[in-house]
Amino acid sequence: MSLNILVCVKRVPATGAKITLTADEQEIDTRHLAFTVSPHEECAVEEAVRLVEKHGGSATVLTLGPEEATQQLRDALAMGVEHALLLETDGADWDPQATTEAIVDAIREAEEKAGQPFDLLLFGNEAADTGGYQVPIRVSHTLDRPCVTGIKGLEIDGEAGDRITATARRETTGGWELYAVSTPAVFSVKEGINLPRYPPLRGKLRAKKKPIQQTSPAYTAGGLQKIRLRVPEEQAQQAQHLGSGVAAVPNILAVLKEMEFVES
Amino acid sequence: MILGIIEHDRGRINKLSLEMMTFGRRLAAERETGFGAVLIGAGAEALVELMADYGVSQIYHVQHPRLDDYAPEAWAQSVLGLFPTAGPDVVLAAGTDRGQEVMAHVATRANLPLAANCLAVHAGEPFQVTRQRWGGSLLEEATLSGSPRLMTVAPFVIAAEEATMPTEPDIIPIMPEITDRDFRVRITGRVKTDSDKISLADARIVIGGGRGVGSSEGFAILEKLAGLLGGAVGGSRVVTNKGWRSHADQIGQTGTRIAPDLYIACGISGAIQHMVGCKGAQRIMAINLDPEAPIIGKADYLVVGDLHEVLPALVEEIESL
Repeated sequence: MSLNILVCVKRVPATGAKITLTADEQEIDTRHLAFTVSPHEECAVEEAVRLVEKHGGSATVLTLGPEEATQQLRDALAMGVEHALLLETDGADWDPQATTEAIVDAIREAEEKAGQPFDLLLFGNEAADTGGYQVPIRVSHTLDRPCVTGIKGLEIDGEAGDRITATARRETTGGWELYAVSTPAVFSVKEGINLPRYPPLRGKLRAKKKPIQQTSPAYTAGGLQKIRLRVPEEQAQQAQHLGSGVAAVPNILAVLKEMEFVES
Repeated sequence: MILGIIEHDRGRINKLSLEMMTFGRRLAAERETGFGAVLIGAGAEALVELMADYGVSQIYHVQHPRLDDYAPEAWAQSVLGLFPTAGPDVVLAAGTDRGQEVMAHVATRANLPLAANCLAVHAGEPFQVTRQRWGGSLLEEATLSGSPRLMTVAPFVIAAEEATMPTEPDIIPIMPEITDRDFRVRITGRVKTDSDKISLADARIVIGGGRGVGSSEGFAILEKLAGLLGGAVGGSRVVTNKGWRSHADQIGQTGTRIAPDLYIACGISGAIQHMVGCKGAQRIMAINLDPEAPIIGKADYLVVGDLHEVLPALVEEIESL
């Protein structure tokens, strides 16, 4: 068996305890922030690398973003991904429909060149920043492939002809739902499917030298368009001080009694 | 007509659907139109009374022998099949895993935009929505086009509230046109884990631990307290990334959203990604060594101290009652 995997990631700022906006309220002020990929997607990259390590094949990472997103592609290469593809934009938000179109075009082109489809397309369940919850499904529908979202487990079951069968696990309250599908298929991954590795130094050095394939997709606006961003108003909360150390225990107990968690 | 997709498990409603229905009913009243509910699958009969309490004017009861269990594309196709009859101008679902998934399938099949996790609508021209980014720590005002407008409703923002007067909804049975293709993705098996355990999402009281807990073993005292209070134990992202707890216990943007009456956060500093996960808590009690930790600004009660001293003393006190 050999698995041909594409994993899609998005460059996002690593926000801390507070978000500050630019003066025009169009973006997060990122002057003092580092960048990363969404946690779900970091796990998707790890999953792609593990699947290739176990079953053979190769993984490709794709991102739609500014030139600086090359850094996030290199991070994935350092983790063990083979190839990287940058769909370069000017860095402004692309709505989910425009994003889908650009990704689908890139996938079609890559598959045509390779003469075969990617067995698996992996995404994060939702981007940490825009939280659109739809690009993986839109891509799967446009390419007419099955899609299981929000998975926290993926097992390759075997081969049947030129198709590979896989079972994905989705966590529910008190258990798991299983979804068996055959490839080519699309999965969106949730954090928790694995614990991503720290890229080894060797991998980081290798990643620096790897070529990154670049295209500049055309933007066609979809029907959801940002007007402005706003930091939600915080209700100024004055915490009631229950005391310090063990001296606070009677007051804690009083709260628990009042809320009927312990009998008074 | 405003149409809402109700999420239920064999007749047991998902409580986030109640929030969505509250949102939908208000939007319908504002637009002087009806609020229709889509009920799919077995057990839906049990929900008719609840629909009336929430002011539903029409119930579209989608029945098909293959729809008794969840299949995202078949659900989406069933909803799409209602469009000619119901003529909705807005379609809503709760912002749950399934809600987001079904609506994304509806959107892509109908070639329409979708706004996820909305909390307000200004239904003028252009049609505007306020939606969550970053799990709710940032809001976006956006225009949304398309007919119907497709939205999911952000969880734990709108409090569920019954209508002032119950309605007498018409029940319209619907036999959807769905094919094998719509069942390419369906539940093919289930695995049960700890079914006796109180789930994090449903617990009335949650004891959360962060970096300050220090180790996997450090959670024993949190477990003990949760056991005494009938609650569940959760943790911050640090805790699950360090492997001290399984990821299923993570509270936050990339984990579980909790909505207990009381959340006791122990040794948790309160990064925004964590705080969006416990926004639904009625009250928060922070036990922290650092009285300046960001979580204090969001807490109702503060205990300054080492959780490893405070919790054992509290447990001892409760046990002696």
